[in-house]
Amino acid sequence: MNQIALNPDLAARWRSGLPLARHNEIFASSAEAGGAAMALALALDGMRAEGTDLNSSHDARNILWVQDKAAIRLAGRPYRPGFPPELRARLIHVAAKTPEDALFALEEGLRCRDLAFVIGEITGNPKALGFTVSRRLSVAAEKHGVPLFLIRLDARRDLSSARMRWEMHSIASPPSCWNAAAPGTASWQAELFRARAYRQGEWILRDDGKHLAAHSPAAAQKDHGDLADASGDGSLAQKSTSA
Amino acid sequence: MLLADARSLCPHLRTAPSDPLGDLAFLENLAVWARRWGPWSALDPPDGVLVDVTEVAHLFGGEKAMLEEAQTVLGRQGLAARLAIAPTAGAAWALAHFGPERAVLRAEDDGAQRLSTLPVAALRLDPDILLLLRRLGLKRIGNLYDIGRDTLQRRFRTHRAPASNPLVRLDQLLGRVPEPLLPVAVTHAPLVQRRLMEPLRHRSLLDRVVEDLAEDMVRELEGRSEGARMLELGLWRVDGEAVIRQLEMAAATRDPAHIIRLFGRKLDDVDAGFGIELVRLRAPWCETLPLSQADFEAAVENHGTGLAACIDRLTVRLGKHAVRRPDPHASHLPERAQTWRGPLDKAVLQEEFAFHARPLKLLDRPEEIAVLYATPDGLPRRFRWRGAVHEILRVEGPERIAPEWWRERSSARLRDYYRIEDGQGRRYWIYRHGVMGDGRGQDRQGSAPQWYLQGLFA
Repeated sequence: MNQIALNPDLAARWRSGLPLARHNEIFASSAEAGGAAMALALALDGMRAEGTDLNSSHDARNILWVQDKAAIRLAGRPYRPGFPPELRARLIHVAAKTPEDALFALEEGLRCRDLAFVIGEITGNPKALGFTVSRRLSVAAEKHGVPLFLIRLDARRDLSSARMRWEMHSIASPPSCWNAAAPGTASWQAELFRARAYRQGEWILRDDGKHLAAHSPAAAQKDHGDLADASGDGSLAQKSTSA
Repeated sequence: MLLADARSLCPHLRTAPSDPLGDLAFLENLAVWARRWGPWSALDPPDGVLVDVTEVAHLFGGEKAMLEEAQTVLGRQGLAARLAIAPTAGAAWALAHFGPERAVLRAEDDGAQRLSTLPVAALRLDPDILLLLRRLGLKRIGNLYDIGRDTLQRRFRTHRAPASNPLVRLDQLLGRVPEPLLPVAVTHAPLVQRRLMEPLRHRSLLDRVVEDLAEDMVRELEGRSEGARMLELGLWRVDGEAVIRQLEMAAATRDPAHIIRLFGRKLDDVDAGFGIELVRLRAPWCETLPLSQADFEAAVENHGTGLAACIDRLTVRLGKHAVRRPDPHASHLPERAQTWRGPLDKAVLQEEFAFHARPLKLLDRPEEIAVLYATPDGLPRRFRWRGAVHEILRVEGPERIAPEWWRERSSARLRDYYRIEDGQGRRYWIYRHGVMGDGRGQDRQGSAPQWYLQGLFA
């Protein structure tokens, strides 16, 4: 695995449906909810990739959403009616005062076997979130198998041990089927700028509620309307041209 | 008598200003501290404290020994105290004020006979009633027995307050009617304690004691097949201070390691002073927790903690209101459509409202924005929020949400919500508060409506 990571040409290219790392970071702006939405979409995609179905009633696991004070002020609190239906009854929200408390809550959440995944929102580059702490989070997530999606609002790309690091921003959505003037399915442009098992790259992501569609930006130039292609179409097309 | 008159009679008179508030505060402090002899105590102003020592005396080696210890400990603080133990608060009060030194009246003793020689003042009556009784020639409690209940009842039938009715006070004294001071239904909370030979001053020793207590408590709880929902750790210091630390758990627990871990953080700021001489653990709130097979999996450590344990750890550090779960609420107003409850509480509502499109995030307070739009109710074109200008390219709306007239003032304005997307694909939920000329709003003139940004879409 290490060798593959060292040689970028041999590393696989990520597409939706492939397993994600246990510790992910998403850099986003606090002026949009895209970071949180993308974290949820990736988490759901990861769960589908592992074959767990959150719609079934057998799985009673909860999800933990940790925010520090600045994140609540800037980007708001999670709003239950706007959540994907399968997650609405599962959400546990933690409002931490300081980044230290938020990181403590994240680590405790990762140690809990009854959580499906943990989402954190931390603003800026606090001193408490150094490399050691981020490494602690990675180890806890990998040991207990609970994925962590840490959203970094308005932050610089600092040193971190996250296995997959994304930078994202919203882009114009495709036209909606029913009302051309209305906003369509949310779309995000995401750059995977550091990953251990995958090659770096850029994607246009779109979650239509059933699966996560990922195109390469070049393929997205063609206007598909609101019809999401089968996942991975774009990257396959690119692969065949590059081969 | 005035102070000047008194001084003229006795020039050596020493005076000190009275401080009723300070005395009361001291008494309150003393009542909390006096809980070292029993889990429940009450004030008896101006100069008394009542302690419930039911089923506690054996921990101190019997009632006599307990009173003697209390006398010495109070004496060490420079307090002259008269102490008594009796089955009712009234009897204990009477014996402490008018009975022999350190009197003990047991439940099996004949209370009526023992108390009959005490003066009627022992009944805690108002001074004018006492004067009346003295004029009637009733000096001792025994005299009241002799004249009969119906006579007393007839004489004092208009006196409702217990303090002015000797019959009610007599019944309270003998335990025939309940006195509101005492809990009506008595529950015995599990209680374990350690009295220490040498006062503790160091944290490591205290941790050791708490560990022992947690194990004792777990054994106690196991015997009753209960688990603790709330624990109270009391530390009594040599210098007459009591430190109480409370802990509430999300689910009933009987796991010593978990209890110790939760208390560990709570004890960080305890000031031991000259030392702690008594440590007590009490479980005022217990729930049934059946005995279960011990976890036979090799290492729970590897399998992570359970949800209840995780929530406990979070609430101990972050506070109870920091960890919550959103709950649907039957309202169309966005900020009221979601309430918060404890993470493990039962859901209140079975069905929830279905909405057309709702944002993923909602700001705690809607933020006012400046919007360019075609008055009076055209679509928004451009807005300024947090110092940045956003061009609006796509709009859906308005979704009109009327105020809830059954709970809001008649001047509350309606809201027109728009789901918008700006030039960079960022999606927001904004609303116009009111319509021009609706005759509502602050001044009831229907002035130009304001715009707010309330939610952020995915």
